[in-house]
This record gives sequence, structure tokens and C-alpha cells, in this order.
Amino acid sequence: MGGLELHQFKSPGLSAIDLTLSPGECVSLTGPSGCGKTRLLRAIADLDPNEGTATLDEIPRSEIPPTDWRSQVGYLPTESHWWASRVGHHFPDGEEKAFTTLGFSMECLEWEVTRLSSGERQRLALVRLLAHSPRILLLDEPTANLDQENISRVESLISQFIEEQGAAVLWVSHDPAQRKRVAQRHMKIENGKLETEAWN
Amino acid sequence: MELIRLSPFDLFIAALLVIGLSLISWRLQLGVEKRLLWASLRTVLQLTLLGLVLKTLFAQDNPYLIGLLALFMLTVAGYEVMARQQKRFTGVWGMGIGTLSMFISSFSITLLALHLVIGVEPWYTPQYLIPLLGMMLGNTMSGMAIALDNLTQNAAQQRGVIEARLILGESWETAIGEIRRNALRSGLIPIINAMAAAGVVSLPGMMTGQILGGSPPLEAAKYQIMIMLLITAGTGLGAIVAVWIGSYRLFDERQRLRLDRLKN
Repeated sequence: MGGLELHQFKSPGLSAIDLTLSPGECVSLTGPSGCGKTRLLRAIADLDPNEGTATLDEIPRSEIPPTDWRSQVGYLPTESHWWASRVGHHFPDGEEKAFTTLGFSMECLEWEVTRLSSGERQRLALVRLLAHSPRILLLDEPTANLDQENISRVESLISQFIEEQGAAVLWVSHDPAQRKRVAQRHMKIENGKLETEAWN
Repeated sequence: MELIRLSPFDLFIAALLVIGLSLISWRLQLGVEKRLLWASLRTVLQLTLLGLVLKTLFAQDNPYLIGLLALFMLTVAGYEVMARQQKRFTGVWGMGIGTLSMFISSFSITLLALHLVIGVEPWYTPQYLIPLLGMMLGNTMSGMAIALDNLTQNAAQQRGVIEARLILGESWETAIGEIRRNALRSGLIPIINAMAAAGVVSLPGMMTGQILGGSPPLEAAKYQIMIMLLITAGTGLGAIVAVWIGSYRLFDERQRLRLDRLKN
């Protein structure tokens, strides 16, 4: 076994959960808004205080420095934030493929962040996250506000990433069709509890 | 030149002017006359009291009493720094950060000045220690308050940016680096401006006082220069310490941004 394992993991507003994300696996997650999906993702990324144990490839989180933990457990928030004025400042060197898969040319590195559309920001934030090669992806509605063409691009980029790097993914989405397309297992949060949804 | 002593009557004339001003305030319905009179009364009482305390202190030369007064001044200054924060740290940190950083900067620089620059014997001679320390605390206080306020406000406003950088595996120091630098800059700008304008736009209060008290202008100028330079060094050192402790406190042992450690 490897991947991400949570035991009796407590994030704000949720009762303790057990969850395993194995390498190469994609799990979808849904639930009414305000039910604690984002808070769960934030807690797994160790951005908010939480209780219980979390292990990555069988190493407990307490033994992994927080900077290493976060670059390996990559969290994509719904809203992206940028600190420099030029897009290129936010990316490490190399890796052209992710840009082209999402429909960008490398010229986009010269663009001003303030002139990006919200969809461009959203897609570039995903490229930025993948550039750090995380082992785990926590995606919070990565295709909200995207048109159909870009939704397909994002989905294929992530499935390539899973295949090539053996990453494990927890994908928050409200679209049943998308969940069926991308994930092998399905979970939902209801009344503060994480439950498995049986689809077939 | 002889020191011309002010009689109570002289002060009464000055007081009459303020009373006149509050009458005007009342006629014009400005509504500040009560606060004006109350504040003037406080000035009279507080400064008279300070004069009496210093008189006793100067006569006694007791290091413990001097130390006690210095601590009292430090505590009040620490409270002032906290009171000027829109988002304070919770618990002892609220007052602790300002007080500690002012202790480190103002006390050490005042001692340095007394020992090395002025060379008074003994170093705790209250005629030098208390006014110097007072001026250091009073002036470094505002720089520190501005720097800390800037730090906490920007950290709260730019939470998304800080966390976006943490998410990508950056350390807390990198994630808050730009905000920290901005906070330090904002704390230093007032004293830089004050130095640039000193003597051209404004006659600094201390120099004015010394000249009125009968000192030769050049001697007064030299003291003023020393004080300005010390205040600048003190403000810089204090702001660095305050912003450093403050930003450290904004993150926990897992390098999470903990805005819950601030209260609105």
C-alpha cells in the first residue's frame, strides 16, 4: 500500500473519517455547499488545525516537514491567488506539456496576471500545482466556470497525470456525469459524515 | 543667558487662550469644548505630576526608583502600541510584542547612548536617563505600531496569497516575506520623513525647549541630531523585532497561517 491514508481524521465540522487514496486512483466527492468539503481538503493539506492521523506512503505526517507535506499533497482551491505581476513568475522552469494540453502556448508566461480571465486563472492554477509533481491531488471543483472544451482539456490533463505519475486524486464535483467519467470510487458528505456512494 | 522662570501667572495667560478657544468652540457649536478643557487639564496635571516625580527622583538618585519609573513608562508605551492595532494578537501577545520589542530597542539604545555617547557617571543619572528614554519610547512607539498594524492587516487581507504559496510547498517565511518587508518599510517612513524635514520645515521640540531654556543653539542642535539618529536606529531595530515576532506568531508549528490568533 501507499498513497494517502487518513485514520480517525477530524476536520472542522465533520465527524472523524477514515479514507484511503491509493496511487493511480481517483475518488470523487460531493455534498451540499457548506457541508465541509473545502474544510476537509484544507485540513488534509494541513492548512487548518485538525486531529487524527494522516500518512503518506506509510510515513506519518508528523514526521514530514509541513513544506514537504504540502508540495506532495497538492491542494487546488476553487479560487486561485497570484502574487507576482507576470504569470511566468509563478512557475518553476521546464514542463511545457501541461500548458499545451490546457490550450496555452508558452507565451502565456509573459502575460500580466491581472489580464487573465477567470477561466484562464483557474486552468493556470492547475498547471502551477502540477508543476510541483504532487503525489496526491485534492481538487476543489477544478472545472467550475469552464466551458465544455476546457472541461475536457482539464479532465484529460488530470487523467494523464494520474497515469504517468501514479498520483491519487480526491476530486470535488457537483456534476454526476463528470464524477462518473473521472472517478472509480464515489463519496459524499451528508450530515457531517463521509459516506461511500454505491453507483453500480 | 539666564533661565527665565515661568510664574503661575504666565501659565494662566496661556490657559486663558485655551479657555477662549473653548468659548469659540461653544459659540460655533463645534462640540469639542469639553474634550478640549479636559485634555488641557490632563496636560497640566500630568506634566506637573511628572515634574514633581522627577524632582524627587533627581534629588534621591535611587537606582531602584529610577528603574521603576522606566518600567512604568515602558508598560504604558507597550499598551499604546497595542491600542493602536486594528487587529491585535490575542492573549499576552497583544501587549507583549510591543512591550518586548520596545524594551529591546529603546532600552538598549538609550543605555548605549548614556554609556558610550554622552558618558554620564553613573549611567542611571536620572537627569539624562529619563528624558532620553522618554523620547526614545515616545517616538519609536509610533513606528512600531504602524509596522505591526500593517503586518497584521495585510496578512489578514492577503490570506489567499499567503496560503497559495504555502500550498505550493513554500516556507512560511517566503510566503509572508513581501508582507513583512512592506510592514517594515511603512514603520520606517515617518522617521525618515521627519529627519528629512528636521530644521527646515519644523524646529524639533527638544531643541526648541533647550534653546528656550538657555542652551547655546549649536549645543541644542547637537543634542537634537543625536536624538534623531538614536530614534531612527531605535525605530528600525524595534520594528524589525516586532514584525519578526509578530509574523512568527501568525504561523504555528505546522506552518499554518493562524489568523484566529488575531482579534478584530
